[in-house]
Amino acid sequence: MHRTEIGDISLETLTAGDGRPLLFLHGGDYFAQHRDFFESLARRWRVMAPRHPGFGGSERPDGFRTVHDLAYLYLDLLDRRDLRDVVLVGSSFGGWIALEMCVRCLQRIGRLVLIDSVGVKFGGREERDIADIYALPSGEHLRRTFFNPARIAPDYSAFSDEEAASIARDRAATALYGWRPYMHNPGLLQWLHRVRVPTLVVWGEKDGIVGPGYGEKLCLSLPDARFELIRQAGHYPQIERPDEVADAVERFVRAEVL
Amino acid sequence: MKVWHFSEMAYHPAWPELGESYRVIIPSRLYDPKIGADLYDRYLDEWALCDELGINIMTNEHHATATCADSVCTIPMAILARETKKVRLLALGMPIGNRNDPIRVAEEYATIDVISRGRLEMGFVKGVPFEIPPANTNPAELMERFWEAHDLILKAMTSHDGPFNWEGTHFHYRQVNVWPRPWQQPHPPVWMPVGSPGSASEAAARGMTIGVLNTGWVRTPAIYQAYRKTAAETGRPVTLDKLAYMALIGVGDTREEGWRRADQILGYSRTSGIVAPQFMNPPGYASDAQSAQALKTSGAGFRAGRIQSRAGRNIDPRTMSVADAIDAGLVFAGTPDDVYGQLLAFYDHVGGFAHLLMMGQGGLLDHKETVANLTLFSREVLPRLSELA
Repeated sequence: MHRTEIGDISLETLTAGDGRPLLFLHGGDYFAQHRDFFESLARRWRVMAPRHPGFGGSERPDGFRTVHDLAYLYLDLLDRRDLRDVVLVGSSFGGWIALEMCVRCLQRIGRLVLIDSVGVKFGGREERDIADIYALPSGEHLRRTFFNPARIAPDYSAFSDEEAASIARDRAATALYGWRPYMHNPGLLQWLHRVRVPTLVVWGEKDGIVGPGYGEKLCLSLPDARFELIRQAGHYPQIERPDEVADAVERFVRAEVL
Repeated sequence: MKVWHFSEMAYHPAWPELGESYRVIIPSRLYDPKIGADLYDRYLDEWALCDELGINIMTNEHHATATCADSVCTIPMAILARETKKVRLLALGMPIGNRNDPIRVAEEYATIDVISRGRLEMGFVKGVPFEIPPANTNPAELMERFWEAHDLILKAMTSHDGPFNWEGTHFHYRQVNVWPRPWQQPHPPVWMPVGSPGSASEAAARGMTIGVLNTGWVRTPAIYQAYRKTAAETGRPVTLDKLAYMALIGVGDTREEGWRRADQILGYSRTSGIVAPQFMNPPGYASDAQSAQALKTSGAGFRAGRIQSRAGRNIDPRTMSVADAIDAGLVFAGTPDDVYGQLLAFYDHVGGFAHLLMMGQGGLLDHKETVANLTLFSREVLPRLSELA
């Protein structure tokens, strides 16, 4: 794993491939399960997939407490590397970061892909748009996360202490950034009109964490978005259907967007 | 040695219906307020009796649970502040990392201190992991919030020259000005429950009294040792009155009677850990290393090994017998001589402590039995404890 320095901050980062820059922003968990997807992406683009501050082996400066800090950090990254026409891809919690970046500054972003993203509140105060993953029994959590949990769910008992601690850090950091308000910014919906960039909203048909209906609403709330459902996939379609999702991204990126 | 009577005011009538979780998700339709009112009444009567028996009073709080129907520890304390006249009142205590308004905590504590004419002892509590969902506080920031709230509350209780400003990481006020000011100066004594050497050191560095709960024969010595070490390193006098230990106590005219009472009080230990697993370790609550172990063992190892026999055998709290619990140092039970002997052995084993937090009521122990338990203890055991500490 490479490291990316952004100012004083050092992030564990996967980098691979050549060509147009693609920045992938991961979700709360299962970073290690992205290998096939990253390989598939790296055959087409220059992929950068940083581990967010506080996750895995990435440090978190004390002042980093909100998703806004992450959005500014990655905008800084694009500036410092002078990256242009970037394909920005965000999954789940990473989709939220991507949206927060896009409402702030689109200068370096050429395409936006949101995969089963969170970050926006559509329903009323007693409606739960996003499943409370912290209140789900582990079996149900897995069934809601993956179309085929048995194929994907890691056997944590075989993990080294270090690998397991890395997962613990992922989960603690997700909680830190997303606990309350839960996985969304109450003010974000009113600014989504600023996301004036061609956008693809990709969704796992069987996502039980945040359902396809949420994805459709998100798509309708964005100025220039189209929706694509991935069959036989849950909350992380890029893990369960890596080539299919990468193909969808490629079709979208290559297409002449009006 | 000071003795404090503690009860969780359990709503035990619901227990048979609760299944695999006694906390967080249990519906309150299982609570009958008419039965609940009678229970509050008797528990308060038992504490009021303590004023005559010379036993001090301790309350605590938990949320969304039938194991502890005291969800605001200052409410029974406010009642007892006026109903009692002599004994001291320990709230152990307020989960200040989970409460959203530390100023309100300072106001509640200061008011009780004044009503009781200076008999309050203030507990500040981190809170067990399953207190997170009812409060919906961020588990990854809990201890930061705890210490910031602690600092703010103490400053608010000791500032008497008009408002001050507080713009911290977690709490923001521009006009902090708490009324009433507390009776005790500069503020009532501060307590914190601890369950590990690390938190004992943090308390020692601040001169807090530690209440050590459910750590038993095997885990308690290292906790006290950490406290003594840090106190010495930070130049504070190491006195036994900074150390407290909680035990479940069943005393009877016969050993059998004492054990029977202890067995009923053990209903507390057998039920309080029955929690749906997804609430046992919220992300960021424990250290990365602890959470890593929980992950590798599907959570099974997270709290296992917390109760051990003297020989190091793991004891399952859900099925723990009186004999197991005595061996583990969680229970002192039997005749007054038995109880004193067990207490003395524990006292010597851990290096002494000046506060015995006595769970004199727990689980299904009824009012009559609780009164008998407390009365016999005060008559036959309490006088002997003046020799200790």
